[in-house]
Amino acid sequence: MSVRYLSCGDTAFTVEFGNEISPEINGRVMALHAAIGLARGAGEISGVIETVPTMRSLMVTYDPLATSRADLQPKVDALIARGLPADAGSRQVTVPCCYDDPEFAPDLADVAERTKKTPEEVIAAHLASPFKVYVLGFMPGLAYVAGLDQALFLPRRSQPRVRVPRSSVAIAMDMTTIYPFESPGGWHLIGRTPLWMFDKRREQPVFLSPGDSLAFERIDRRRFDRIAGEVEAGTFDWASLVKSK
Amino acid sequence: MSAGLKVVRAGLFDTLQDLGRTGFMALGMPTAGAMDRIGLSLANALAGNPANTAGLEIGVMGPDLLVEADSVRIALVGPLSPALIDGPDAAPKPLDSDRSHLLKRGQVLRVGMIEGASTAYLAVAGGFDLPAFMGSLSTYSRAGIGGFDGRKLAAGDLLPLAKAAVPAGNERRIAQPFDYGSGPLRVVWGPQEDYFSEEGRRTFVEAEYRVSKEADRMGIRFEGPTIAHAKSVDNGGADIISDGIAPGAIQVPGAGLPIVLLADRQTVGGYPKIATVASVDLPRLGRLLPGQTVRFAAITVEEAETLRRDQDSRLQRAIAAFVVARPPGGIDLARLYEENLIDGVVFDSP
Repeated sequence: MSVRYLSCGDTAFTVEFGNEISPEINGRVMALHAAIGLARGAGEISGVIETVPTMRSLMVTYDPLATSRADLQPKVDALIARGLPADAGSRQVTVPCCYDDPEFAPDLADVAERTKKTPEEVIAAHLASPFKVYVLGFMPGLAYVAGLDQALFLPRRSQPRVRVPRSSVAIAMDMTTIYPFESPGGWHLIGRTPLWMFDKRREQPVFLSPGDSLAFERIDRRRFDRIAGEVEAGTFDWASLVKSK
Repeated sequence: MSAGLKVVRAGLFDTLQDLGRTGFMALGMPTAGAMDRIGLSLANALAGNPANTAGLEIGVMGPDLLVEADSVRIALVGPLSPALIDGPDAAPKPLDSDRSHLLKRGQVLRVGMIEGASTAYLAVAGGFDLPAFMGSLSTYSRAGIGGFDGRKLAAGDLLPLAKAAVPAGNERRIAQPFDYGSGPLRVVWGPQEDYFSEEGRRTFVEAEYRVSKEADRMGIRFEGPTIAHAKSVDNGGADIISDGIAPGAIQVPGAGLPIVLLADRQTVGGYPKIATVASVDLPRLGRLLPGQTVRFAAITVEEAETLRRDQDSRLQRAIAAFVVARPPGGIDLARLYEENLIDGVVFDSP
């Protein structure tokens, strides 16, 4: 599989692994993201500022005062040629989600009707989907999570909402997401997590990382309120939701 | 009482910025940072600070700041006409920009309007005593993080100073205005120049574009001739699978008008990017005002890197060539008041 190098001025270039969304392509993106991180740590590559993974490409940003494209690109090419490790250091993350409160899931009935399922079947399909975080972007902590059960594929709402509450769990197309802030949004709201995807008080303010495997866990309103209280107070044990694979 | 600068009247859009919050784009975190890294670097150098110290980025019109510290050395860089007010009933006295000044408790600095540019900088010696967020003091107001409470300054804010007082000494000024360059903005084709027809690419480099009113720290929307995509827009010609956005990336949505993305840009995006402004010209972009016009000219990555290195060398030479700021008549009044009880009249050395 060949890659394309795309110019992004004199402070970045993009390594494009393909022009489609697939687990294989994203796996290679994440592997190069990890490999460059390791090579920087080992002092094999210098002048790189950061790498930005997306579903099918990796942007490498650099300081043109410390290195150059002519110096850097062959080093990245050599890392790819050396062979990229599969699924480097990914985590298994659980996100509790309450689907039961109509306030949290205003689109659940509509999604059920349009997918010819009962609301319970929609919830079951969401819980059973093998989700993977492909990319974070648009706003800090907003994750595009692919792997949605095909039976739930729907286009975005024709009329986006002006205000989607923070921590809403939503689906659209072949993905699910969790809103890190109250914001406008056009996805279908089917539940809400008591977690905050972005909390500036935490040492790691962004909860999800690209490459994470993700599963939702169904919780009732009482448990939602308890966790929400702990998150609000800053006492919630976030590490309990994360396992290293 | 802690030392600080009190905002007695807010400007239009004043935020604390350093050279940006790097390392977290993978988590969707925009870099933010100074729109004009040269202006901030010069202000910091005049104040005796490292280049990455956070300073106040002034947008269009600056604040009035009351000195609530024994003394503070400030440096203002940009086309400003600041004034100093000595007391509640005192008349404002003009103050020069592009130099440092020693201010005393009770004085009010009126930063005022910027003439002919959108941004200017104020640095304080020693910097502001505020916590970094994810390694940076840059304000990213959309997420309410960094800087002062994650937002632009408002009346009543007290900006805490790291130094409660500074020793008197020679004030310094820039020997001659830094040359930001003129002529077309230099761009490198890509990352998605192949999403545009040959005619579209020609339009982009031949036409003149005007900065619209939709210009802020996130980006500048231009007005001018539309740029033709290679494939019809209805057929996905203006959609890509989202990829990373570098500073200065010029995306062209379906409507065909270019948008250049700047400090507060989102990390990834789904519109094709015809070209990217070379980093040498990002400070010029960061100073553009609505109504100003630009042209674009394509260069290679290697040329862009060389231009950037040359510009950085010029910046370092400009900093090495700072001269002692000599007030009219050769008497430094601030030092005179401060030191004549001991030393008699103090003259600045030439």
